[in-house]
Amino acid sequence: MASVYRTEDCQFTVDRDALIRRLGEALQGDNLLVDDEAMRPYECDGLSGYRQMPQVVAIPETVEEVRQVLRTCSEMNVPVVARGSGTSLSAGALPHPQGVLLSLARFNQILDIDHDRRIATLQPGVRNLAISEAAAPYGLYYAPDPSSQIACSIGGNVAENAGGVHCLKYGLTVHNVLEVTMITMDGEQVTIGSEALDSPGFDLLAAITGSEGMLGVIVEIKVKLLPNPPTKDVLLAAFNDVETAGNAVAGIIAAGIIPGGLEMMDGPAIQAAEDFVHAGYPTEAAAILICELDGSADDVEAQREHVCRLLEEFGSEDIRVAQNDDEKARFWAGRKAAFPAVGRISPDYYCIDGTIPRRQLAYVLQEMQKLSDDYGLRVVNVFHAGDGNLHPLVLYDGNVPGEFERTEELGGKILELCIAVGGTVTGEHGVGMEKINQMCVQFQTPDLNQFRALKNAFDPQGLLNPGKAIPTLNRCAEFGAMHVHHGELPHPDIPRF
Amino acid sequence: MTSNDHGDTLAQQVADAADNGTPLCIRGRGSKDFLGRTPKGDVLDLSAHSGIINYEPTELVLTARAGTPLAELEAALSESGQMMPFEPPHFGDASTIGGTIAAGLSGPRRPWAGSARDLILGMRLINGQGENMRFGGEVIKNVAGYDVSRLATGSYGTLGVVLDVSMKVLPLPEAEVSLRLDHTEVDGFNAVEQAFRAGLPVSGAAHDGEQLRVRLSGTKLAVDAGIRHLGGEQDDDPTTFWHALRDHRLPLFTDDGPALWRLSLPPLPDTPDLPGKRLADWGGQQHWLRTDASPEQVFGEAERLGGHATCFRGGDREGDVFQPLSPGVRRLHERVKTAFDPKGILNPGRLYAGI
Repeated sequence: MASVYRTEDCQFTVDRDALIRRLGEALQGDNLLVDDEAMRPYECDGLSGYRQMPQVVAIPETVEEVRQVLRTCSEMNVPVVARGSGTSLSAGALPHPQGVLLSLARFNQILDIDHDRRIATLQPGVRNLAISEAAAPYGLYYAPDPSSQIACSIGGNVAENAGGVHCLKYGLTVHNVLEVTMITMDGEQVTIGSEALDSPGFDLLAAITGSEGMLGVIVEIKVKLLPNPPTKDVLLAAFNDVETAGNAVAGIIAAGIIPGGLEMMDGPAIQAAEDFVHAGYPTEAAAILICELDGSADDVEAQREHVCRLLEEFGSEDIRVAQNDDEKARFWAGRKAAFPAVGRISPDYYCIDGTIPRRQLAYVLQEMQKLSDDYGLRVVNVFHAGDGNLHPLVLYDGNVPGEFERTEELGGKILELCIAVGGTVTGEHGVGMEKINQMCVQFQTPDLNQFRALKNAFDPQGLLNPGKAIPTLNRCAEFGAMHVHHGELPHPDIPRF
Repeated sequence: MTSNDHGDTLAQQVADAADNGTPLCIRGRGSKDFLGRTPKGDVLDLSAHSGIINYEPTELVLTARAGTPLAELEAALSESGQMMPFEPPHFGDASTIGGTIAAGLSGPRRPWAGSARDLILGMRLINGQGENMRFGGEVIKNVAGYDVSRLATGSYGTLGVVLDVSMKVLPLPEAEVSLRLDHTEVDGFNAVEQAFRAGLPVSGAAHDGEQLRVRLSGTKLAVDAGIRHLGGEQDDDPTTFWHALRDHRLPLFTDDGPALWRLSLPPLPDTPDLPGKRLADWGGQQHWLRTDASPEQVFGEAERLGGHATCFRGGDREGDVFQPLSPGVRRLHERVKTAFDPKGILNPGRLYAGI
């Protein structure tokens, strides 16, 4: 297939033989892959619809090697794409055709669990779940829990500002990272943030978090750990229509309750999950809510009674409280397995990641249904209901010519719908290559210019992950020619051709 | 809701200043003129750019213009049983949300509820070229584009003029108590940490050298459990001490004396080895100190303890007021400043000389 990169993002001049020679000097042993066969596993990340071979794959083992790779690439003007576990759902770690794919997989050590002070010091390749496992003996855990947590790396989590099902109460990655040490494109090591609760000067840590590998390469991370809540209760409530379930979510929050997790699944998602994991979900329901309450035992008991009352008032006729740990795990199992469950009922699926103001849920679902009908593609919904983050899953068959392209287009329309109701194109998966066109709809020219100026402050040569996350104005002009935003064309000041 | 949007006029004023190379001193109602290095330049007045733009309690989001007084926001929020979790300090009645966010200030609840920057969701910002920009949004989960809203929080107006802010708000606690306990500082903060680990709703922990003060906020049951766990005596009014601490109305802050310093430190730090009167807040992670020690001595001690110091009130406002940056981080600051304000007209020197 043709490259998904635009010609304007591929204006580098690469002498591959010289690059291999120089990197071979910088890296020891077998830390440089140059054969197609060896590089093949790196041609895509979790969004496998997009594939691209790099020039070479570098797998350094030491910080010094990372510095040497970056210095070399800076001197030779070669692009660099950093990669953790490669679980990105937005093609954030898609290689650049003229560049080096820099894998940080060998930085997989937990350097310290300081349980007294609740701080973990990590190499970037450490898996998300491994942090909580290492902290568990001390009654601690790391809060952000993306559904890929068994595989995804903390370095990737920081690069993407990863979320999970507990964000409403415990925040995203940006709220849980204390400090990062990174190497800038010119090979300089800087430490940003600290173990204190704030740092002097600009909040560069916030700029780095979620910067999608475009500002620097992270080589060490400190995160804060939280105590495991003494008690957790899990409730499941069934509703006859999705709108009523949405109202119940608003009602719980209006009553002053912030659940640890509050998830919604629609009818097709319930059915798929039930067929897969047999969680005992009510398959006749149009929507279910899964609500996790955590805290001290007394507190959880009071909240549980309150929430049950509210769910009933808001029209749920089937409210279940998990009676033991097994049942709690079962209530969650269906939700956590929703993606693979959908994978069983369709040859392929495409996961979307928009966020909307919750009050727009009924309208957005209705409009999505229309789009689904128009495109002849089924859409199944799972939803981080507490914080408005939607994950519509579009079902398609990649073997049918043109179906992936239609799916992509439908995905784009859904994201634009999210923007139109006051939301955003990405809640937690990042822009990457996938949503870059929709960035033109969400942001105006001065905003995009400012993003580029900020990028330029860190990486003046534009070598880190080029062609992703922040669209060029040319791209927006071409894409925007087809779109009208708030009654006017975005970026009216750009010549169109 | 009121409509006092002066965004376009303000942007034009900044654009004109950029053309003329005129430095601007960004000002709301002036309650924080004492903060940072000496303000310089023509005043860019944001006080009229005021009012709540959008507040939807069930979405947990509020958007307001920079000149809106904190008191107005708090009144609107409490009507719906909600609050700004970062507990912004009021330095007098005039404090606005714009100044609070520009200075990145958070109150006693911060270690357990998050900081101003943690709660920021989006921002409208004028850069140094007078361009009106919008970042983030009004939803809780949003990772589109660089997180400029958080980058600008606490930048003292040196990256842009904060026009509007959107922030996450949370329900007011059902119950709240303030306890006094006869613990030493170290033992006291350890006891608070143990209470937090036991799932108790700690929302404040300070030590004034005499007594440990602990605030609990949550459901009635959880607060009662906390009282049983910690013991001690209850204040008659649970807000008096904590608001006085938040707003710097305790004697340590109001008495005559040498410069007031703030030290921000890692968890469970050693006691700072500096002369003068001291009060510890944030479970020991924020210390307020009235000291004659030289800036070099205070910055040095903060660095030794793994944190940083700010000369908050008094002292030499022409010298370094904020902890000096490492050379690599300083270089990034210079480049980021240029990216937002190439002419260097926005609050020049308020944060660091040359920034």
